[in-house]
Amino acid sequence: MTKQILFLISLAITLGVFAWSVKRLWAFFKLTKPSYPIRNIGARISHTLDIAFGQTKIFRKPVIGLMHALVFWGFLVITLGSIEIVIDGAFGLERSFAFTGWFYDVVMASGDVFALLIIVFIKAFSLRRSIMRIKRFSGVEMSPKSYWDAQIALSFIGLLMLSLLAFNVGYISNHPNGYEGVYPVSAALVNLINMDLGWLQEPGWWIHILLIFIFANYLPYSKHFHVFLSVPNVFLANLEPLTKYPNLESITKEVKLMLDPEAAYDESEEVSRFGVKDVQDVSWKNYMDSLACTQCGRCTDVCPANITGKLLSPRKIFVDLRKRMDEIGPLAVKGKEDGKSLIRDYISEEELWACTTCNACAQECPIDISHPNLIMDMRRYLVMEEAAAPAELNAMFTNIENNGAPWQFSPEDRLKWTEG
Amino acid sequence: MTDKKLHVPVMADLAAKGEKPEYLYWVGCAGAFDDRYQKVARAFAKILNHLEVSYAVLGKEESCTGDAAKRAGNEMLFQMQAMQNIDVLNGYEVNKIICTCPHCYNTLKNEYPELGGNYDVINYTEFLDEMIQAGKLKLENNPFKGETITYHDPCYLGRGNKIYDAPRNVVKAVFGDVKELKRSRSFGLCCGAGGAQMFKEAEKGEKEVNIERTEEIIERKVDKVASACPFCMTMLTDGIKLKNKETELQNLDVAEIIEKALEL
Repeated sequence: MTKQILFLISLAITLGVFAWSVKRLWAFFKLTKPSYPIRNIGARISHTLDIAFGQTKIFRKPVIGLMHALVFWGFLVITLGSIEIVIDGAFGLERSFAFTGWFYDVVMASGDVFALLIIVFIKAFSLRRSIMRIKRFSGVEMSPKSYWDAQIALSFIGLLMLSLLAFNVGYISNHPNGYEGVYPVSAALVNLINMDLGWLQEPGWWIHILLIFIFANYLPYSKHFHVFLSVPNVFLANLEPLTKYPNLESITKEVKLMLDPEAAYDESEEVSRFGVKDVQDVSWKNYMDSLACTQCGRCTDVCPANITGKLLSPRKIFVDLRKRMDEIGPLAVKGKEDGKSLIRDYISEEELWACTTCNACAQECPIDISHPNLIMDMRRYLVMEEAAAPAELNAMFTNIENNGAPWQFSPEDRLKWTEG
Repeated sequence: MTDKKLHVPVMADLAAKGEKPEYLYWVGCAGAFDDRYQKVARAFAKILNHLEVSYAVLGKEESCTGDAAKRAGNEMLFQMQAMQNIDVLNGYEVNKIICTCPHCYNTLKNEYPELGGNYDVINYTEFLDEMIQAGKLKLENNPFKGETITYHDPCYLGRGNKIYDAPRNVVKAVFGDVKELKRSRSFGLCCGAGGAQMFKEAEKGEKEVNIERTEEIIERKVDKVASACPFCMTMLTDGIKLKNKETELQNLDVAEIIEKALEL
């Protein structure tokens, strides 16, 4: 009974803090603009099965991809176990899902094996970050905070798995005459160690569930918020061709007015700003992307501008977006401003103009972020609100306006190529 | 390969005669004006003539699709161009458009429909592939005997619109084999010209993107590199020139390979 009460208090604190974090983020989301409509649920489900559950984009780097995929699939199985633990804790039960029979055996057995695998991989991931110098883990946007964030999250995950194994080992030891579920790794450990390990069951259980509670509340403030948001982010992804850049509807109205002066002008739909200057101009999906991004850097790794030493790093665009929201969000919620903006205070024009819109970043992103579209949204602001394009691009615009071609040739000469 | 005037039907002329061609060939600004790429437009027109395809071009009525303006942030200019082009296209009741330029292709196919321009937009590599498969393009001669070739994926064809196999099939039909680059298909490295970079100097860095790509192509030790985009062509040709490799390595468009194989 005491255990049950203690558990319910911890659960209530966990949910309370989490709700507070969600409320804070919800207020930030409300500052953002609409995105594309979410249709085609069928296509979205199969896309999610492929990219998220099938991990197909992660496998574009096969070795580390397989390790990530195993950790992810392991997490899915172990999460079922965590749900059981919460129910057990809340109602004072033990192994309450055992009635599912063979399904329970499969889930418990794979969770047990995955726990060991994850411990090994997490250690490898951690060493990879501290010892190996992997280029994509460096860059101006990769602050020491980001490094420690990764190490803390990896430690959490490692300890979660250790405590799960401790709990399983203790449980097996306490039930020498038969127990629910199958635990290949833990059973082997019990045989191997050959001591009374029953005392591990309670601390293992408590440490495991309390770590989950703390981790869950750490995540909304970490780049590992990815754990919660990556799957929904893939489900809500832009399913259009990568190089289809959406037309701006507010411009369509203006252009139609220009081409047809008799069209009625509707003042109620005046837009405050073309393009993106600050986080209030981005779509909710852009902001969600920035929260779901775990800064793996696969985007920056393949960016032609970045590879050739330019300032642009696609990852930095979304890291900056999140940082800027953390800064201005709490003020903007209260209707205040700080005189800064995403453009210039965080992202320089030089970065924005270096993008070739090749979409290598978007192709690579395991959670389907489209970096070029947001970069072009910011170019829209620079060009249409500030007329701040590089001079050569202004010349190109003038050519298109005057001659219908980006170069200075007369439309009269459009058939010269046929003359040889 | 003579320099004589090509017979290329123009939409307005056909319309005056009350005729309507099956396809519109969208030449694009590079096909019309870029010295090097004009040869590709010529090659493709020759292939269309050879196939006796019913087609026409817009000629003086064609105008920039607005791709570069859009990607440089000038949505206003893009939509003005788009609406004017759509007016012309719809005026001729165009159904099928063939594009050589992948940037025009992407814009017409993906970005015009919402503005009222709904067409069946076909990339020329798909068209050529289809003609080869259907046995209409008979490629018995290989003027490149003994030579090796690689293929550079244009971003707006490959990653953008998932056209990876068609251009390869066309090249293979003549060369037999395509030697893949280290970064190919969806992993392909940009030439450096997309997103309006074609029209400006690159930002400060350690290297030009086209040099990075050219070096990768040179490393592959091939005689030819095939491309399927006017911007890629400019960037690779410049890269090869800068690396002083013009004698060992030439850049050819997919259409030019067919043109040469057919001795048009």
